[in-house]
Amino acid sequence: MDHLSSYLVLSAILFSLGLYTVVTRRNAVAILMGVELILNAANINFVAFSKFVTHNLDGHLMSVFIIMLAAAEAAVALAIVLNLYNDRGHINVDEANALKQ
Amino acid sequence: MIKLALFILFLPLFSFVFQIFSFRRFEEKKGEWVSVGIQFITLILSLVMLGMMLSKSDPNFSLELHQSWLDLGIFKIDLGVYIDNITVIMLVVVALISSLVHLYSTAYMAGDVRFSRYFGFLGIFTFSMNGIVLANSLFMIYIFWELVGLSSYLLIGHWWEKESAANASKKAFITNRIGDIGMFTGMLIIATVLGTFNFQLIGERIHDGMWAANAGMLFGGIDPHKLLTVAGVLVFMGAVGKSAQFPLHVWLPDAMEGPTPVSALIHAATMVAAGVYLVVRIFPFLTADAMATIAFIGGLTAIYAATIAITQNDIKKVLAYSTVSQLGYMIMALGTGAYVAGFFHLVTHAMFKGALFLASGSVIHAMHHGLHHLNDHETDPQDMRNMGGLRTKMPITFGVFMVTTAAISGIPLFSGFLSKDAILAGTWAYAANVHDGWLAHFHLAWILPVFGFGAAAITAFYMFRLIFMTFYGEAKQPQIFRHIKESPKVMTIPLIVLAILSLFFVFTLPSVNPISDHGWFTTVVQSPESAVTTGPAFDLEHFEHGMHEAHVPAMVTSLLVAGLGILLSVLVYLLNKISAEKLATKLGALYRGSYNKWYMDEFYINGIIRPFLKGCNALGRFDLDFYDHYLINGWGRNTKRTSKGVGMADDLIVDGAVNFAGIIFQWLGWTLKFVQTGKIQNYLIFVLIGAALLYVVNVF
Amino acid sequence: MADFIFWVIWALIVASAALVAFGNNLIHSVFALMGTFLGVAGIYIFLNADFLAVTQIVVYVGGILVLLVFGIMLTNQISTARISQSSVQKVLGLVVVLGVAAIILTAVLPHDWVGSTLPMEFTDTVTGIGNLLFTDYLILFEIASVLLLGALIGAATLARKEL
Repeated sequence: MDHLSSYLVLSAILFSLGLYTVVTRRNAVAILMGVELILNAANINFVAFSKFVTHNLDGHLMSVFIIMLAAAEAAVALAIVLNLYNDRGHINVDEANALKQ
Repeated sequence: MIKLALFILFLPLFSFVFQIFSFRRFEEKKGEWVSVGIQFITLILSLVMLGMMLSKSDPNFSLELHQSWLDLGIFKIDLGVYIDNITVIMLVVVALISSLVHLYSTAYMAGDVRFSRYFGFLGIFTFSMNGIVLANSLFMIYIFWELVGLSSYLLIGHWWEKESAANASKKAFITNRIGDIGMFTGMLIIATVLGTFNFQLIGERIHDGMWAANAGMLFGGIDPHKLLTVAGVLVFMGAVGKSAQFPLHVWLPDAMEGPTPVSALIHAATMVAAGVYLVVRIFPFLTADAMATIAFIGGLTAIYAATIAITQNDIKKVLAYSTVSQLGYMIMALGTGAYVAGFFHLVTHAMFKGALFLASGSVIHAMHHGLHHLNDHETDPQDMRNMGGLRTKMPITFGVFMVTTAAISGIPLFSGFLSKDAILAGTWAYAANVHDGWLAHFHLAWILPVFGFGAAAITAFYMFRLIFMTFYGEAKQPQIFRHIKESPKVMTIPLIVLAILSLFFVFTLPSVNPISDHGWFTTVVQSPESAVTTGPAFDLEHFEHGMHEAHVPAMVTSLLVAGLGILLSVLVYLLNKISAEKLATKLGALYRGSYNKWYMDEFYINGIIRPFLKGCNALGRFDLDFYDHYLINGWGRNTKRTSKGVGMADDLIVDGAVNFAGIIFQWLGWTLKFVQTGKIQNYLIFVLIGAALLYVVNVF
Repeated sequence: MADFIFWVIWALIVASAALVAFGNNLIHSVFALMGTFLGVAGIYIFLNADFLAVTQIVVYVGGILVLLVFGIMLTNQISTARISQSSVQKVLGLVVVLGVAAIILTAVLPHDWVGSTLPMEFTDTVTGIGNLLFTDYLILFEIASVLLLGALIGAATLARKEL
């Protein structure tokens, strides 16, 4: 707990798990959960570097803004998901491939 | 005592909340009496405070409560309550007038469409006025300053279906805003130099030389004394707006579009006096030059507004200009250093002018009633030319009018005499003794007593003109006259109370000498020491000595001029020895000038607003005709011509190359099509692979 | 003792995040996500970030997680107690993600971070964050407020029925 690396490893694992969730899940809400994991991993990094390397509060500030961003993102994304559901009756991202046409 | 003050501050806010949120629910159930009750509770509380203050009878008594409001580390703003003798007296005045006006309004406003809203706005007005009175810092005063501005706006526009009322409320708000810009700038200068808004701290820090030390450094080597003058005059600009001083007085007469009780409460007794109160609060840090400016503006306003009041025919307009004139008196008094006299006049004026407005409201109410009977919606119930002979029909209103007119004209035995006389003595002493400030040169200062005594004579004249036109003579509209009757008790009782408070002994007790200047009032209110150390400050000791000497001559002169004004009024309007019409034609230009308010509104419209709009239009035309037409469109035309030429070259050479490239990419697209699955997650994988490849290539 | 708790939290985060990533039941995943969020809050406490720890719990657990649950409930038949979820391109995803993880770890671990042996002790970060928010980060702060307003209006507009 007194070494930066233990936090960095945790953050890397969390990030990878989040990434995996984003890449593989079909359900849009599950993908959102993955995004939250990734953001949390980034936050841990910011705060850990703030404590061990820069010795000031700038990292904390970044985390505050990220948390705020996550809240905004979750709200808008869920609104989009609801629209998707109203439109198609499901929220499977892999079937939402209108981009192809 | 602080707790009492906080109760007095917030109870009216509760009244506002109650009226706004209960809306029409209680309208039929006499919901207005909740507000009236709340006002009378605050009146009782403030009378208790007055009693406590008088039992101490200590001129230096003060209490302060701080609460940090905004703490940014480097910069702090405190809100708080400051109580001294002046605060307590003002609280009583506000609570008294407000509660009487509430009581009066229950009858006057009966049957109004927005009845509960009206009482709610009265509540928020009283709350914000109390806030100004209790404020301990410029910042807090500013907050409540805007709040009273807002409530004034709302109440002037109470009958907003009438276009003139809607315009008047806008005019009041915008005119005030001009003054407030100055006030805000002044506040910021003071806060920048001293780092505080608190009145006590400002005084202390200026006194300790902080101003002299910081001002030059912060403002590019400016002379600190000059900066202090500028700051003082800028803050005073707020008072110019709110107290309707020249040249920002134009809103107050128009504000008479509001209900008459509102005119009595806001536009005669309390809110417009807030400007005077502000000057009272900043009095210790005014330099001699700033005070000379203030005195001059006050004096000018006093005589200027008085000359307009002579020729107005609308009963409320006469009183409105009279208010402007009396406010000028107070401001002039403070500017000349007659601090006690100025504040004294504020208090006495609140009583008698409140009574005058309520009494005129009673007359208008009766006229309205009469017109209603006749189904007449054309005749103006406020026009004095339609009245006359009302004294037999409305004896109580008439009696109140007589007493308060005597008070405002400065007749002995009435309160106005005491305060007005003190002010006139002050101007006299100032003119005789002043050494510093720009008015001191070339005997310029003698203009102030001239303004003062002139305004006193004119005031006596037009007030008695009002009385004679309204209550004496024959009824000019007999069919209306027949239906006029005295107003109900809830309206006459406030009138009687205020009339009694316009008698001299209210302010001179324990002494019963009608010309005494040693009553309780002058014991508890005393001039503060000037805190100015950067240059010539006001010489208070010298001045008070001079004021003592000027007391008797000023009194004699003021009695003489008031008598002259009344005599002239009697000759013209009561006995008809001199014909008013002939006088008017003889004085042609002067009469027209006064009747048209010296063309001040026209000046603003034609001199400032129109040219400004014209300038805007001219700039707009410049934009359209020159800029758009020649530069933009011309550029466009030229570009079009050039492009045609280029276009032909394009078709031949460039297109050929592009089509060739297109064919290549079409082929490429066909071959790469299988990658485009349309699924976001596939794309993401590609992105990740790409990123990983980049890393690998870069590192190894 | 503190060390032991740290590793417990560490393990909790990894385990619950793994459940989020690999679990078959969406509801289970959401509740595992709550474990992750709380664990991260615990990590913040170990990093002396008291303000962030509280914010994490309030915003993530109290706000975002509830939003997510709403999202699930509104887009599925609630009567089916088991809301299963399926995945796509599992193998490809796993390979790529493992590759990314390997890259991150090889980049991070061998590096000798300056001052990493001397952790600084903050006391009461709230004051510091407050001061920074209103001084150095004021513009960011204001932009953030505008962004939140935009998100609010945007979400409300998007979620209306008659879009």
